[in-house]
Amino acid sequence: MSEYVLELKNIAKRFGGVEVLHGVSFGLRPGEVHALLGENGAGKSTLIKVITGIHQPDGGEIFLNDKQVHFDDPLQARLAGIAAIYQELSLCPDLNVAENIFLGRQPTTVGGSINWRKLYSEADRLLTSLGVHLDLKAKARSLSIAQMQSVEIARAFSLNARILIMDEPTSSLTLKEVAELFGLVRRLRDEGTAIIFISHRLEELFEVADRVTVLRDGSYVDTRLVKDVTRDDLVRLMVGRTISNLFPKQDVKPGEIALKVEHLSLAGIFEDINFELHKGEILGMAGLVGAGRTDVARAIFGVVPPTSGTIQIEGRQVEIKSPQQAISLGLAYVPEDRQLHGLIPAMNITSNISLPILKEYARRGWLQDKAERSAAFSAARQMEVRANSIWQLARTLSGGNQQKVVLAKWLSTKPRILILDEPTRGIDVGTKAAVHALMSNLAAEGIAILMISSELPEVLGMSDRILVMHEGQMTALFSRAEATQEKIISAATQTIKTVRAL
Amino acid sequence: MKASTVSSTAAASQPANQINVNAPRKSFLARFQRWEWMLVALVVIAIVINSRLTPYFLNAQNLSRTSADFMELGLMMLPMVFIIITGNIDLSVASNLGMCASFMAVLWNLHVNIWIAAGAGLALATLGGLLNGFLIAKVKLPALVATLGTYAFFRGIAYVLLGDQAGRGYPPAFTYLGQGKIPGTLIPFSVGLFAVLAVVFGLVLHRTTFGRYIFSIGNNENASIYAGVQVARIKMTIYIVSGFMAGLAGLVLAARFGSTRPDIGTGLELTVITAAVLGGVDINGGIGTMPGAVLSLLLIGLVRFGMGLKNVQDQVQSIAIGSLLILSILLASVARTISASGLKFNWRNIATAAAFIIVFAAFFFFFFWSRAPVLKSVFG
Amino acid sequence: MTVKTPTASRSNLLLTLTRYREFGIILIIIILAVIVTLRAPVFLTLGNFRDILLDISILVIVALAQTMVILTHGIDLSVGSVIGLVAMMVAFTIKANPTIPLVVVVLLGMALGAILGSFNGLIIAIGKVPPIIATLGTLSIYRGMIFLYSKGYWIPPFQLPDTFKLLSKGTFLGIPHIIIFAIVVAILVYYFLNYTRTGRDIYAVGSNPDAAQYVGIRKQRIIFLVYVLTGIAAGLAGVLWASRFESSQTNTALGFELQTVAASIVGGVSISGGVGTVPGVLLGALLLGMINNSVTLVRISPFWEQAAQGLLILIAVVSDILIMRRVQRNKSK
Repeated sequence: MSEYVLELKNIAKRFGGVEVLHGVSFGLRPGEVHALLGENGAGKSTLIKVITGIHQPDGGEIFLNDKQVHFDDPLQARLAGIAAIYQELSLCPDLNVAENIFLGRQPTTVGGSINWRKLYSEADRLLTSLGVHLDLKAKARSLSIAQMQSVEIARAFSLNARILIMDEPTSSLTLKEVAELFGLVRRLRDEGTAIIFISHRLEELFEVADRVTVLRDGSYVDTRLVKDVTRDDLVRLMVGRTISNLFPKQDVKPGEIALKVEHLSLAGIFEDINFELHKGEILGMAGLVGAGRTDVARAIFGVVPPTSGTIQIEGRQVEIKSPQQAISLGLAYVPEDRQLHGLIPAMNITSNISLPILKEYARRGWLQDKAERSAAFSAARQMEVRANSIWQLARTLSGGNQQKVVLAKWLSTKPRILILDEPTRGIDVGTKAAVHALMSNLAAEGIAILMISSELPEVLGMSDRILVMHEGQMTALFSRAEATQEKIISAATQTIKTVRAL
Repeated sequence: MKASTVSSTAAASQPANQINVNAPRKSFLARFQRWEWMLVALVVIAIVINSRLTPYFLNAQNLSRTSADFMELGLMMLPMVFIIITGNIDLSVASNLGMCASFMAVLWNLHVNIWIAAGAGLALATLGGLLNGFLIAKVKLPALVATLGTYAFFRGIAYVLLGDQAGRGYPPAFTYLGQGKIPGTLIPFSVGLFAVLAVVFGLVLHRTTFGRYIFSIGNNENASIYAGVQVARIKMTIYIVSGFMAGLAGLVLAARFGSTRPDIGTGLELTVITAAVLGGVDINGGIGTMPGAVLSLLLIGLVRFGMGLKNVQDQVQSIAIGSLLILSILLASVARTISASGLKFNWRNIATAAAFIIVFAAFFFFFFWSRAPVLKSVFG
Repeated sequence: MTVKTPTASRSNLLLTLTRYREFGIILIIIILAVIVTLRAPVFLTLGNFRDILLDISILVIVALAQTMVILTHGIDLSVGSVIGLVAMMVAFTIKANPTIPLVVVVLLGMALGAILGSFNGLIIAIGKVPPIIATLGTLSIYRGMIFLYSKGYWIPPFQLPDTFKLLSKGTFLGIPHIIIFAIVVAILVYYFLNYTRTGRDIYAVGSNPDAAQYVGIRKQRIIFLVYVLTGIAAGLAGVLWASRFESSQTNTALGFELQTVAASIVGGVSISGGVGTVPGVLLGALLLGMINNSVTLVRISPFWEQAAQGLLILIAVVSDILIMRRVQRNKSK
């Protein structure tokens, strides 16, 4: 009998031709909180999906209580006592709270029909025991992210799971909600549940985890006792080298005002946003997921125009009603979700890059292949896009190269104001450093940059000034010198306004 | 932005794997998708089989007459390819055709000049397309829902306009649209019209910014909006064009028949969509070519013509067209599934497959057997 | 995490209203009823109501099944052809064997429908062909099979035994059988969708297929099932069609598929899946039936019927989407 309730040996997984897990091993003891750590793209989510039966491994073995198992689908994993709360929320938006908790295993009467009364009473009991107050009959569609998550947690708890997997459960919770969640995690652990916990916030690991396993680029790196490691140890294990050159920010003297936003509001989403962005400046925007940062960016770019407030570009007041207009005013917006808003995956690199200014490569609507090709080629080469040719389809590129294509696309519009929304999410460290260097150079050339980022080191390392938002409000504006991780976190999790004029 | 600064810093972090600028884009024919070559092969096979079936097939008169029968479909298919590539659909085209033809017939019956009547019909059909475009691009109804509504509404208008009347006795100048030949040739006027428009639509789709936007909308509408593509305006435009082309098809059909009843062209929308999808246009949007769609129309025409020569009824011919449609998608998707996960031969799968085979076999046994004694007792 | 805004209370009212989306349709039905009654008082009589129900019974049966398909984000365009094919095969079988018990006839029709539906289900769930393509194809194939089977002949009324005609025309406690069939189907579908796990799985698959798979719902099986169920319903409808119209022709139920989709959509079923109720679809079908009926009663030209139907479909879906958008806007945070 081994000490592990769940043991993975040499798990390998390939997607298409690309191996994303290279022989990862991992042991989980009963009654422990085991943190899984690694950068975006390190293979954490894939590993989790192998454990929960969503993906089947291409190599290696899984042992559950010393018995080798193979899960063909998530149901088998669930029946074996493995429950998971996923990063992408897995509720049915059109079903109500109570039913989402018991989805697929609603309590039934002797005759086999669903016992709604029992379903509601059990859901009520469960939520009460979790200290969550929700309308049981509210559709999941109408819930906030935190509320949806409590429904997911309730679902996992209702399974009496022996193994509970939590994939970034705290990324959009308030401090109070996180504390409540950790209380539950500890209680479950003390009852003997084994918990796999994934979070990007290192502080949380020290608070709640017993052991930590680090993955890097799809490979197993090490497993340590949390009480024996330091924060710096973990960062080194994750990144694999020192990262002193990750934030090559040059000092640039800010020029005149490029973008000025006053009292900008979008009813019900954000209100009274005020800031100035200077030429050559990088203004960081920090805050929790869902704080409204992306909505501000989209309002400025004309995707969803604001309901009130004014925008001035280079001293001229403008009303931006569409992205097309924003582009013609010298704005560019590299969106947060590359797959959803940035890339046209089934089109080739050339067509992707030329799209925003396609008209410039056409004469009376007829495309001039040569002009388009040479412009796309030089843009792709500047960004060091790695590909066989500029006719390669965007979806066949790696995440980092896709991001470079998106950047090349927007830089080829020769913007004077560049909005970057999570510019380095999900790309490898090498590309990350290259993107940071690019930002720094662009700023030096006089381009004004508004950077939204949820990675505090990135915000602190790259910004000249930092604007913090919480629940649609601006809660702080720090200079580079005065900003600290602690100050930003407290501003990002409280509603009290501490905006100082700079 | 300046090339030098960027490339120097980016290059510092990693070895460059340069893109080859000289890698040429594949030539037009080389870019023919596998499916288009398949269609070419099927067309050739259909021609061979047809000419073996009957000596009359290669008769020029015959070919000329038959080819005209498919031009209304073709005219409506051209904009349908645009619409499906954007990830939308237009179920209302045949109804719109009926509305146009009926309006023209009513005016003609009121002794309006035929060309003014035809122009008014075209205008009404274009207005119908505008309504579709408004509902889909501005109100943002799902295209299937919006055009299902206008499918009923336009046909309803056709009945309201014409009732149990019919338009007939059109002047020869008008029926020339559907029955005449280009002077000095055996080519029907409608075929010539279609050929010219097919080239125009093909060039617009594959050679202009407008065409590129259509593909980008179908691939990723959100990313297109972010890239400044005026999605609403483009959708509006293609639905208006679709309305106009449906109207044009209505005129051609009315001219070919020489008369108009309100149910003219009923059900054609499904054949139009079939032709586009069989031509390799992805119903989920983003993929498709105009040559593929035109080849598929040719194939459908040849199959129907060949079966017609063998006196197979129209409706039975549709079995072949329906099967072709399903198989064209099914084979590709099955091949994908097998190459992705392999065939799983376990007892359960084999038993399930066997059960289905038995059930379908039983069905066909009943299908043919239950009819036989009936035939004998009643008609024998 | 809610921010109090002045619109909060109004949005709550709208939310409540949309939780019972049927309100909108009921409103339209009442308005239409009032207008028609003013012009033709006979509208508001029991006899006329019975006529309407008679007219929509078959539509109800198939539209409820169509609803299950649409709930999974699918569509079944082949139902009209299935009805026609089953009606033809059943009619020929009865003509050849006039003594065949009615129960067997009904079961035969449903079995034939199930087989045709399972073919749809197979190519959609296993073959991964998009539903609209698959059923567009079988629409042609099944319609063609009617001609292949009947060789172009049709079954006139005198070739069908009276007992078979009574299958739909007979009454039980004064209610025509065909209405009873529709009521039974409605109750069964209501129970199935609301009180069985499989029924709830249909909503889950349509609402968020990934989430459904995470909790172990077998998506393919559910999708296969809804097409088989639709086939069964269309098979039953085929038998009833032949009985009610006392004949079977090659163009039986031609174009009927779009009516069933219309009834579902007017009844508040979302074409993108996951949303829709049995009462809503019943009201949707009722509204379509009322329009047909009113056109005759008010003695405007019957040619207005289809135009009015189309216009009402458009009004229903447009008002629905506008209300939903209003709610979404007020709700967000």
